Amino acid sequence: MSDTGASGRRSWGARLVILIPALWLTVLFLVPFLIVLKISLSQSVIAQPPYTPTLDLTGGWQAVRDFAAALSFENYKLLGSDWLYIVSYLRSLGIAFAATAILLAIGYPIAYGMARAPRGLQPVLVMAVFLPFLTAFLIRIYAWINILQREGLLNETLLALGLIREPLIWLSTDTAILIGAVYSYLPFMVLPLYASLEKLDDSLLEAAADLGCPAWRAFWLVTVPLSLPGAVAGALLCFIPIVGEFVIPDLLGGSGAQMIGQTLWVEFFSNKDWPVASAVAVVLLVALLAPIVAYQRLQARALGER
Amino acid sequence: MNVEPPVRRVYVAGMADGNPEPAASRGAAPGLKPGRAPWAVPGARPLVQFEAVVKRFGGVTAVDRVSLDIYEREFFALLGPSGCGKTTLLRMLAGFEIPTEGRILLDGQDLARVPPHKRPVNMMFQNYALFPHLTVEGNIAFGLRQDGMAKSAIAARVKEMLALVKLEGYGWRKPHQLSGGQRQRVALARALAKRPRVLLLDEPLSALDRKLREETRFELIDLQDNLGLTFVMVTHDQDEAMTLADRIGVMNAGSLAQVAPPAAVYEQPNSRWVADFVGDINLIEGIVASVGLGETVIGARAGGRLRVAQNVEAKPGATVWLALRPEKIQIDTQPPAAFDANCLAGQVADIGYLGDVSHYKVKLDNGLALKVSIANRVRLVERPIGWGDRVWLSFAPEACVVLTQ
Repeated sequence: MSDTGASGRRSWGARLVILIPALWLTVLFLVPFLIVLKISLSQSVIAQPPYTPTLDLTGGWQAVRDFAAALSFENYKLLGSDWLYIVSYLRSLGIAFAATAILLAIGYPIAYGMARAPRGLQPVLVMAVFLPFLTAFLIRIYAWINILQREGLLNETLLALGLIREPLIWLSTDTAILIGAVYSYLPFMVLPLYASLEKLDDSLLEAAADLGCPAWRAFWLVTVPLSLPGAVAGALLCFIPIVGEFVIPDLLGGSGAQMIGQTLWVEFFSNKDWPVASAVAVVLLVALLAPIVAYQRLQARALGER
Repeated sequence: MNVEPPVRRVYVAGMADGNPEPAASRGAAPGLKPGRAPWAVPGARPLVQFEAVVKRFGGVTAVDRVSLDIYEREFFALLGPSGCGKTTLLRMLAGFEIPTEGRILLDGQDLARVPPHKRPVNMMFQNYALFPHLTVEGNIAFGLRQDGMAKSAIAARVKEMLALVKLEGYGWRKPHQLSGGQRQRVALARALAKRPRVLLLDEPLSALDRKLREETRFELIDLQDNLGLTFVMVTHDQDEAMTLADRIGVMNAGSLAQVAPPAAVYEQPNSRWVADFVGDINLIEGIVASVGLGETVIGARAGGRLRVAQNVEAKPGATVWLALRPEKIQIDTQPPAAFDANCLAGQVADIGYLGDVSHYKVKLDNGLALKVSIANRVRLVERPIGWGDRVWLSFAPEACVVLTQ
């Protein structure tokens, strides 16, 4: 009797617990997304708001029907036919992919070293990885302009070391974007990797050695597979935001080819074409949905193993 | 604590399926495989030799000059309290720790320069250390793949191992899909798959619940018997050591206190420490009064003369301890007629009823307190002996051991 009472109270509480994130996601994600989706199906006009049709519910059922009839996929057709957008998307994916690969290559040894460091030192190292966040993101990117410019710190150092004779051009190149992205996103790669490596039970490596496996092979057969969830999490945490990155390419990149974030910005603020900008955003979201779903599958599997 | 001499071992080994030897021939000496006591054979070559092995961690000496020989096909148990160095000794044999001093030899070969992955020993880890990302088959095949064994041979060996530990049909499961007992079997199969010269077991049964632990003990014995392998086990559980081992090495504070078959460790402990650690015991301090033909008379410090059927290597006047197991004492409510010596009167101070046995704490008239345990042979309707009852404790001169150290 008291059991049912307790479970009744508990299920009411459990429902409330689910309600909070559901409400959050609905109000701050689903509703804005539906608005963006609606705008992406509209046409640009010089008006306030700068698109048509607008939904006027006072007109009744007929108004809703007129509104639905006026929506079209014209903007999406434009995205598919104009190379500007296609190149922009591909460029963003390419840069994000390259940056993620570099991040993984740099982040893994850092995370591995942290996980192998003496226990007492580890919290300090985690703090150190966080430390750059204490300075504003924009200021750190501006600092990179200073480092990468013709008479900047990087060229001066390379000249002083005698590695180069002439100053190299760093700023306004894709290299600069990659440097900026790798620098900015490194903590997002290192921390999940560290979390998965730190959990790794030393006795597993001993077991591998005991069964005839030398240390370097045990790294590939035991350590790497078991840190894979961390690597995937880190890669997605870096890849997804880098694809849509605006500040880094805008400040460090060249004026030629754009990343999709820049294209979107131009559509919104220069061309004042909200419908096309919205369509750009929707396509970006759909393109990124695939890795997000893959990540969630992986998470679900990891949870099942606990 | 109810420690029996390990007669059960013989009984079960004889019951094993497909075991050609009849139980009777195996029952020759409790605790030993009949006719097999290589440690007692002069000139027998040991398989594993620890030679004055010392291990220090910083300033702490974990293992202090341990010398020990372990023989082919032996089931050897290192028994001791936590922190006594038994696991360190095992880990040095596996190669995970390097001795600070001394040598470890396997088949006469010094292991000092042999890294763990090249040693022909395999270990079953205390937490099993199964690879969570591999299936049961993948775990068992792991060591075989390292040897570059042919795929078909690996598959055959894995199948054989799964059958050995009765896990057929579980090959594709991941470790997290198995119960604790099944995981323990996978760990065992994985360690046995490479047919090691020595199988090391680090607290092999400690993670299992009691019922399963008792079943698994007998399976381990059968397995070791049938495979003819050498097992070295570390345990803090004396019941486990007693049932499983051919010989027990009792460790204390980094040193071996006694190395002997289970029955000898229990019945003839060589020191007060071993007597006290293995099983329950009453230690009575006394002074040797006289040493005669197979009999020693000891005057207990608290008063009273006690006769022991043993020639004690001590001069009259030396201080010794008389060790007496609680189950070897008889308790009566009347002065027993049969006993002229070794009879002490007292009062019941405490009773613990455990179902199969009852423990009594008896406060003797001379001031000593003795523990007595009596098997409850008949169903207890009413306690024959109650709190505060006057009782007489008696024991045969053969029931106790005199310890000089």
